[in-house]
Amino acid sequence: MSEELVITVKDMSFSYNGKLVLVDVNLKIYNREFLSMVGPNGGGKTTLLKIMLGLFKPTSGEVRIFGKPPERSLNLIGYMPQYPLYDPQFPVSVMDVALMGRLGHHGKGLYTKTDREAVMCALEEVDMAAFYKHRFSSLSGGQRQRVLLSRALVGGPMILLLDEPTANVDLEIENRLYEILKELNKRMTIIMVTHDLGFVSRIVHRVICVKKKVVIHPTSEISGKLIQEIYGHDIHMVRHDHVSRKEGHNNGRVFQCPE
Amino acid sequence: MAEFFSALNNPDIAFLRYAFLAGLLGSIAFGIIGTYVVTRRISYIAGAIAHSALGGIGAGLYLQIKAGIAWFTPLFGAVLSAVASGIIIGYVSMYARQREDTVIGAIWAIGMATGLLFLTKTPGYVEPMSYLFGNILMIARSDLFVICGLDAAIIILSTLFYNKFLAVAFDEEFARLRGVRTGFYYLLLLCLTALTVVLMVTVVGIVMVIALLTLPSAVAGLFSKQLWQMMIFSSLICMVFTSLGLGFSYVYDLPTGSNIILFAGAVYLLAIFGAKILKRRKPQRSM
Repeated sequence: MSEELVITVKDMSFSYNGKLVLVDVNLKIYNREFLSMVGPNGGGKTTLLKIMLGLFKPTSGEVRIFGKPPERSLNLIGYMPQYPLYDPQFPVSVMDVALMGRLGHHGKGLYTKTDREAVMCALEEVDMAAFYKHRFSSLSGGQRQRVLLSRALVGGPMILLLDEPTANVDLEIENRLYEILKELNKRMTIIMVTHDLGFVSRIVHRVICVKKKVVIHPTSEISGKLIQEIYGHDIHMVRHDHVSRKEGHNNGRVFQCPE
Repeated sequence: MAEFFSALNNPDIAFLRYAFLAGLLGSIAFGIIGTYVVTRRISYIAGAIAHSALGGIGAGLYLQIKAGIAWFTPLFGAVLSAVASGIIIGYVSMYARQREDTVIGAIWAIGMATGLLFLTKTPGYVEPMSYLFGNILMIARSDLFVICGLDAAIIILSTLFYNKFLAVAFDEEFARLRGVRTGFYYLLLLCLTALTVVLMVTVVGIVMVIALLTLPSAVAGLFSKQLWQMMIFSSLICMVFTSLGLGFSYVYDLPTGSNIILFAGAVYLLAIFGAKILKRRKPQRSM
């Protein structure tokens, strides 16, 4: 982790339809950090992510990606949206889905050979190269997630923003996904929305807690008490023994968020 | 059917040949635009656009006959009102999402109401039925050239912008993040939908044109692996529907529009049913 600042959020607030969603957010995120973003549903996690992407404009304050406004840094960000958005019958190949990540790279017309090579590289990285001709909708949930990850990677981003990449994915696939992300973290900053605090303590450096207000904690500070604070009191803890162990733990999902 | 084919060659019934060619040529536009309409899930919007065309048709007839403005043809009026509706709905759905369906419903009904008003005030006998349910006697030779022109425009635009249209249809938000002007492509798609719908109104009519736009693509979508395949298959399927419907209606003296749509509907239902059965037979895939 170097000390180069990649994302700065300064005194940022955001309201939607007159309702305050995020208040006085201040964040400094450094190059090649791996952060997870946690918080209750409706707490503003996805909103914060979309503000960093420039999809939403802050009501006040500012967001800078490498010193520039988000909408001017789009080519530096890879984004993997939350999963269940897609038409399950949409006729499109794995190759074509991943190619969408290259759209910003050429002016007009059709994709080039370079685009296709970049896609094959990215598919290789997520173990999906063998599937490039397959119809996207014929893949399993975990395979689709990995294709969407490769779509986020083909543009060669410096920052990777992931919105619940492990939703709808079983444990084995989830662990594999984390291995991939750990590898990617060697060359890019990663921010990931997740409910999975077990994963948090294993490879994440810091945790962004979002519940209208935003607080960053180093992973070592994450305790049962803090989790209670973040999620409120009606949470359902599945396991309790995970937080204190120094080396973290290997058994994926240890925590569930209230619906 | 032999009777139908010999009739196609009969110079005395040119209207049948025109209708046949209009169906084949129009199918190209319908297959391509229909694919986008189905995958983008805007068939309800396409329905409103089609119905609003009656307003323009009525205005065209009124201005031509009553006001003597010869260049303001019903087709021109239909194109004008359909494109205008498309743009209005497009802007509303982009900037005021929650009111979209209200506006779609309003445009749908206002277009029809305006059309009927103009039609009743136009001197002479104008039959609204012809426009609502189609009338192949109204197809002129010049219409075929207009349809050809539209086909050419749609093929060029959809090849040139294929990647962007695909990205916008699949995941609009992501496309926007990759610098695609999604609003522009959405409006372009609605305008092309408006043009396509209007040009086939004479064959199947305002009320039924939406089925011809969506059903061939829905059938093609069941077995196409890629969007461009879906376009080609839907065009071919659409050609089969229009030709069969026309032939059947000629031989048995039945309304053409109804025949075409019933063919399309029957094939669609069978295809959906067949796909369900095939799926059940296949063993479940594992992770």
